[in-house]
Amino acid sequence: MHDTLAEPEKTAAATDGATVRLSVAKPGDRGVIVDVQAGRQSGDHGVSVDELHRRLLEFGFVEGARIEVLHEGAIWRDPIAVRLDDMRIGLRRRDAADVWIQLDAE
Amino acid sequence: MTDATLPTAPLSSAPSSNARIALVGNPNSGKTALFNALTGSRQKVANYAGVTVERKEGQVATSSGRTLSILDLPGTYSLRARSPDEVVTRDAVLGKLAGEAPPDVLICVADATNLRLVLRLILELKAVGRPMVLALNMYDIAQRQGLRIDLEGLARDIGCPIVTTVATRKRGIEDLVAQVEALIAAGALGAENTWHEPDAGQIRGAHREAQRILKANVQAADRPDTFTGKVDGVLLHPVSGLAILFTLLFVMFQAVFTWSKAAGDLLGEGFSATGAFIAAHLPPGLLTSFLTDGLISGVGSVLVFLPQILVLFFFIILLEDFGYMARAAFLMDRIMGGAGLHGRAFIPLLSSFACAIPGIMSTRVIDNKRDRLTTIMVAPLMTCSARIPVYTLIISAFIPNVKVAGVLSLPGLVMFGLYAAGIVSALGVSFITRRLFWRGAVEPFLMELPTYKLPDLVNVLRSLYLRGKIFITRAGTIILPMMILVWFLSSFPGAPAGASDPAINYSLAGRIGHLLQPILAPIGFNWQMTVALIPGFAAREVAVAALGTVYAIGNADASPGALATTLSHHWSIATGLAFLAWYVFAPQCASTIGVVKRETNSWLWPAVMLVYMTGLAYLAAFIVYQTAKASGLG
Repeated sequence: MHDTLAEPEKTAAATDGATVRLSVAKPGDRGVIVDVQAGRQSGDHGVSVDELHRRLLEFGFVEGARIEVLHEGAIWRDPIAVRLDDMRIGLRRRDAADVWIQLDAE
Repeated sequence: MTDATLPTAPLSSAPSSNARIALVGNPNSGKTALFNALTGSRQKVANYAGVTVERKEGQVATSSGRTLSILDLPGTYSLRARSPDEVVTRDAVLGKLAGEAPPDVLICVADATNLRLVLRLILELKAVGRPMVLALNMYDIAQRQGLRIDLEGLARDIGCPIVTTVATRKRGIEDLVAQVEALIAAGALGAENTWHEPDAGQIRGAHREAQRILKANVQAADRPDTFTGKVDGVLLHPVSGLAILFTLLFVMFQAVFTWSKAAGDLLGEGFSATGAFIAAHLPPGLLTSFLTDGLISGVGSVLVFLPQILVLFFFIILLEDFGYMARAAFLMDRIMGGAGLHGRAFIPLLSSFACAIPGIMSTRVIDNKRDRLTTIMVAPLMTCSARIPVYTLIISAFIPNVKVAGVLSLPGLVMFGLYAAGIVSALGVSFITRRLFWRGAVEPFLMELPTYKLPDLVNVLRSLYLRGKIFITRAGTIILPMMILVWFLSSFPGAPAGASDPAINYSLAGRIGHLLQPILAPIGFNWQMTVALIPGFAAREVAVAALGTVYAIGNADASPGALATTLSHHWSIATGLAFLAWYVFAPQCASTIGVVKRETNSWLWPAVMLVYMTGLAYLAAFIVYQTAKASGLG
C-alpha cells in the first residue's frame, strides 16, 4: 500500500445502522461513507488498487459524504447510480466494493 | 468582485498586448459554452503537436486593445491525467506541452450548482501557481434554486477573483474579460509551481479543505433540482430506460438515413457532375483520369457521407448537452461490459454506423488505453453507410423479393442480418481480445451523471460545425493520398493498343487481382471480383463502380439495376452470398486504416486490424460459400 495516511480505524457500526459495502447496497439505501479502502476488491481492474482508490476519492467518495443508491442496471443489477452529496455518479458494483457505508437507522 | 481595479489605458510597461488564457474545468461545467460566448466565431481548431487531441483556440479583443488567445482545454476532474485528453490539460496548465507557451492566466470554469469536486480541482490548480480567475457558470440556475454563495468569502478562501457567468446568455462575459485584464495589468506573475501528483491522503485532505470552504461560503439550495431525479426515475429505469434508449436509437437511425438522403444524393451528383464536366472539357488522358477517377470520385465517395455524419452528430451532441449520453453509457455498460467494452465505447460505436472514421476519432474520451484500443479495433465491424450500396447491389441481384411469414420481406431480413452480424462480431472480437490478450482485466467504470439541461441551439450548431470541419480536414488529409495510391494501382500501366478487355485488367490492380484469384477461389470469387476489390480499398462502395468497370457496365453507380442483372448471370448465389459475408468483415477502407495509424500513432494496430479483419472475412466467406455450394446453390 502506497497510502501513507493511516486508514481511519473503523470498527463495526457504531449506531444502529449496519455498515455495508456499497457494492451490495440496494436502490433506496442511504447513509454516510465511513471508509474508503484500497486493495480489498477482487478481480483484475487493469489499474493498481492504489489507482482505483484515488479515482474513487477524486470523484468524491470520501469519508463523511452522504450517499444514496438511486438506480441499478437491468442486467445483474449493475451498474449502480448513486447520489453523492449533490452529485450523481454511475459506477460498477465491482468498483464500489471498497466503499463502506453506514446505513441510516430506519 | 474582489479586485475593483479595472485596467486603465494599457500602461507603457505592458510587455505585450497579447496574453494567453487557458480554460480549465470539470466536464459538464459549461466550459465549451463559455468558450463560445467569449470567442464567438473567432475560433480555430488544430491538433496539439504529436498527439491527436484537438486544440481549440479563440481570440477575444478587449476594450483596452489587447488580444487574448483563449485555449479551451479538455474537461477534467484532476490534474492527475489518465486519458490522452486529460494529459493535454495537465501539460498545458503546467506549461509542459511541447510547442505551447504556458498560459498567462487560467480561467477555471465551475458549475455554480455543483462546486464540491471543482473546489478540489481549484486547490490543485492553485498549487500550479498561475494567476487564476474562477468563472462561476450557470449562476442563473444556482439563483433559481436559491443557492446562496458568499462570493467575497469564497474568493478570499480560494485566493482568486470570482466572476459569475451565464455562458448560454452571454452574461458576465465582459466582467470575466475585465477581471482577466486586471490580473494581467497588475502584472500578476503567480507563484512557484508546487504541484505534484497527489496521493490518496492528499486527495482526502483536499476534499476536507474543499468541504470546509463549501460549508463556510455556500448555503444549500432552498429549491434543489428535483427535475433530474424525476427524469432519471424514467430514463434510468431498468425497463423503461432501455426501451427509451432503443426507441431513441431507432429514431436516430431513421433520421440518419432519411434526412440525409437528399443532401447525400445531391453531393454525390455534384461530384459526378464535376467529374463529367472536367472529362468533357479536358482532353482525355492521364491528368483527366487522375482528376475524375482518382481525385473527384475518390474524395467524393467519402464526402457523400458527410450529411449522414452530421445528422448523427447532431443527435449525439444534442443528447450529450442534455446530459443523456452519460445515461446511455450507464444503461449500455453491462451489455457492452459483457463483451469487455467500456460503457463509454457506446458513442464511438454508435458513430461508426455512419462511418468508422469519426467513430474511431471519438474514442479519445475513453480513459484507458486498452479500452480505447479495443474500441478502435472493433469499430470498423459496425455496418457503416459505405457498405449499404454494396449490400443493396448484391441483395437486389441474388435475394428474391419475397415475403417471409407473410409480412417481412426477405431482402429486408437479409439487410437486418448483415447489420446484426456486424454488431455481434464486434462484441465477439472485443470479448476474445479481452480474454486472450488482456486476461480479463476490466477497467473501473466511474462516471458523473450530470444534471439535465436544456441544450442551447447555438452551442449545439457550433459544435456540429466544428465536428464537420474536423472530419473533413482529418479525413481529407488521409483519404487523399490513399485515393491517389488506389487510382495509380488501377490506372498503371495502361491498356495496350487494340486491347479488348477493360483497361483495369492490364493495370497493377488487375495483375494483383489475377495473382490473388487462386487464393480467393475457395471462397467463390472470380477474377473480376478480385480485381474489383483492389479499387474497393479506397472505400467500400467504390467496389460497386469497380465491378461496373470490370464488367464494362457504364454508370453502375447511378443505375445499379443493369449491374445487378449482369451479376446475377455471372455469379452463382453462393458467390453472391460469400461476397456479402466478405463485406461484413473485410477492411475494405484505406481511410479507416489511415485513421487508426494516426490515432494509435503506430503501424502495429492498423496492421493487426488489416490481418484480423481480412482473416475473419475470408473465413466467413469460405464458410458461407462452401455451405451454400453444398446446399446446391453453387
